[in-house]
Amino acid sequence: MSPELVNLIKGAQELNDDFDLTAVRTWKEAETGRKAIGYMPIYVPRELIHAAGMLPVGIMGAGERLEIIRGDAYFQSYICHIPRSTIELALTRRLDVLDGMLFPSICDVIRNLSGMWTMLFPERYVRYVDLPQNFDPEVGGVYWRRELETLRADLCRLAGRPIEDEALRQSIAVYNENRSTIRELYSARSRQPWVYPTSEVYLLLRAGNLLPPEDHTMLLREYLRLAPLETERRDRDQSRIVLVGTFCEQPPLGLLLTLERAGCWIVDDDLLLGLRWTMGDISCAGDPLQALVEAFLTKSAETAARYLPEGEHGRALVESVRRNRAEGVIFCAPSFCDPALLEQPMLISRLDREGIPHTQFKYSEDTGQFAVIREQAGTFSDSIRLWSQA
Amino acid sequence: MTAASASPRVPTEAGKERSMSLQKQMIAGHYTALSHAPQEGRKVVYTFVPGNLTELVRSFNLLPMLPEINALQSGMRKLSGDYIAEAEKHGHSEDVCTYVKCDIGMLKKGNIGPTGEKLPPPDLLLLSYTGCFTFMKWFELLRQEYDCPVAMLHVPYQSEGCILPHHVDYIVQQLRTEVIPKLEQVSGLRYDEDRLREMLRLSAQAEDDLVWVLESAKHVPSPIDAYFGGVYYIGPMFTAFRGTAEGVAYYRTLHEEVEERLRSGLGPLTPEGSQEKERYRLVMEGPPNWTSFREFWKMFYDEGAVVVASSYTKVGGLYDGGFRHDPARPLETLAEYCMGCYTNLGLPTRVELLERYIREYRADGFMINSIKSCNSFSVGQLLMLRQLEQRTGVPGGFIESDLVDPRYFSAANIKNRIESYLQMLEQKRAGANP
Ligand code: SF4
Ligand code: SF4
Repeated sequence: MSPELVNLIKGAQELNDDFDLTAVRTWKEAETGRKAIGYMPIYVPRELIHAAGMLPVGIMGAGERLEIIRGDAYFQSYICHIPRSTIELALTRRLDVLDGMLFPSICDVIRNLSGMWTMLFPERYVRYVDLPQNFDPEVGGVYWRRELETLRADLCRLAGRPIEDEALRQSIAVYNENRSTIRELYSARSRQPWVYPTSEVYLLLRAGNLLPPEDHTMLLREYLRLAPLETERRDRDQSRIVLVGTFCEQPPLGLLLTLERAGCWIVDDDLLLGLRWTMGDISCAGDPLQALVEAFLTKSAETAARYLPEGEHGRALVESVRRNRAEGVIFCAPSFCDPALLEQPMLISRLDREGIPHTQFKYSEDTGQFAVIREQAGTFSDSIRLWSQA
Repeated sequence: MTAASASPRVPTEAGKERSMSLQKQMIAGHYTALSHAPQEGRKVVYTFVPGNLTELVRSFNLLPMLPEINALQSGMRKLSGDYIAEAEKHGHSEDVCTYVKCDIGMLKKGNIGPTGEKLPPPDLLLLSYTGCFTFMKWFELLRQEYDCPVAMLHVPYQSEGCILPHHVDYIVQQLRTEVIPKLEQVSGLRYDEDRLREMLRLSAQAEDDLVWVLESAKHVPSPIDAYFGGVYYIGPMFTAFRGTAEGVAYYRTLHEEVEERLRSGLGPLTPEGSQEKERYRLVMEGPPNWTSFREFWKMFYDEGAVVVASSYTKVGGLYDGGFRHDPARPLETLAEYCMGCYTNLGLPTRVELLERYIREYRADGFMINSIKSCNSFSVGQLLMLRQLEQRTGVPGGFIESDLVDPRYFSAANIKNRIESYLQMLEQKRAGANP
């Protein structure tokens, strides 16, 4: 690997491994009065935070490297892992750098975590972002606009300055650019997964939780430039799979590496879905708040945490399989994750009807042993390759 | 989670069980009406307990059916274990809510209801998405099975501890544009606001009596058990009988009976007759276990523990907080009702409510039954425990079980915990009164 690429990936890895959020601290210290707002999976309107001159910081748990000492005392054994590592980070004061925290309405765990936050950290700004589940512009749209207006007013107060429409339009443009670069990266990976292995793509994508979006876009562009120069990266006879269920609690990097080593190229996934929640550009003309509303109603990703008013579950998944010429689907959900696990049977029945092979297993962000997963993914990969050759 | 609507098979003193037999008749009659609905051309709406729109549904002559109640009934009848196994066989994860799996399992095994008759398929799934994420997935799953329309009512969460006007507007708009048109379509009837108002008036009457009954537990000793007994008292109110004359009659009767118990100095009615001694007054948080309900209850009354207030009996409405359905503002009142259900309240509000119960009902302790199935209830309960102990100085107990999955009811373990907890209360009392 070229030293440049090695450095790029190392930098992203270090950023993600740094539970003390040094990058956020450094960013804040660079100018007086700078503030940072944390948010949990999946979606919050980061454009508003950005337009207030603040840094949106994605908090997606703490993976396998943080020892949970206090967090377990807050959650029963049958609750997923992300809230315990998040509470652990907060109680060990690692999130003190954040001036506020947003909890989007992804599930009851994150919802109740927002209330825990209010009780544990009464001096901090906390907001539950209750996303609309009605997609009629006159109903869910009107509601969501009111919610965004409140959020905007709160953020203005925190930032100590107004969010001008023009600033918001510019922030929308910045995030459009970021999302389109991510889309570019995803399609490049889909075409040549051996050039852009998911274990790298993921690290670079995840850096977007911590970096200002402009810097993140540059990082991704640099990766898109450097990765194809790696001439020793060759296609291997691996199966092409879509990974589903990873939109909230993140799998450990080791799991993604294991899948690749077990013979699977990941050609699409729902990792870190919030970073690319809006599918397509948000309008930069006219009333920018309304543009955010419309984009949410009409361009949101299809995922388990959202109500699907019509049509069948799995349509988007089947489309992704076709578009990315995937040969199978791996359902990979966090243990005890209600949204992902309740959705799974619906998706599976759709895949069965379409004759698309699939397999499934569960993980926790702190899973350290991958032998079983490796075996299962390897068998799955072999079987679909045999099947497609038959 | 939901309320019980089964009639308790409880031996009682003669003359004291009129409300029970009334409830039994009402429930049986309702299930019979449901089973015969297809032959009689009546349409059926499946919906959930929290945020249910019973008056609205009934104002269209439609029959409400509550899958949560079917699940708890299956739990009480020891059928849920098989149903859950059936759902898991069909690919449902062992990790998710067992109410959903019990319902899906029942469906896969022929949809035979609690009375032994086949239950009708839904003509409409009314997804009152109130206080629980799982509801959404549950009806998406059922939509696949039945291929019928779904009316989705998204009820915003009360994260800020109050009902905001634009949240009420949002719900009212959904009622107008999503729920009512679908009820009209399914029933073939026009929305009749006068009829709805009349039903809401009846609701409020019954609600007054229910609140009186629940608050009778402030009396020392209490004439009721507000958790194990309470789940029966909320049955008609939380299910199909709000806004009906039968509902009004039931709550009047219940009120009179409890008044009579108070006058006669009788303790709560339990499966073993009247509880004689009230040794501990407890507040309960969390749903009960249904698969071993009698056994669970017995662990309390054997020790002289009476539950004087519970959060579970507020999942279908927080009437003791002052809310009443208001016929003058029919759709707005429904919106406020939906928003006010217990699991739709933010965690800080839940803690405040329990704190108030502990004080106002002069509780010696409080106990949390943490339900494996239910993230909506369970996430944050360990923090609630600490906060309540700090704020009230009253010690809390913590037990874990499940609603309808018999694999998660470990009787010996739970009994042990309850006993040690009550012993601790006893020691504390002895320490306070040397
Ligand atoms: S992992 Fe699943 S259950 Fe846990 S917080 Fe995320 S969405 Fe909710
Ligand atoms: S998660 Fe809880 S509230 Fe929701 S359906 Fe299950 S038991 Fe009821």
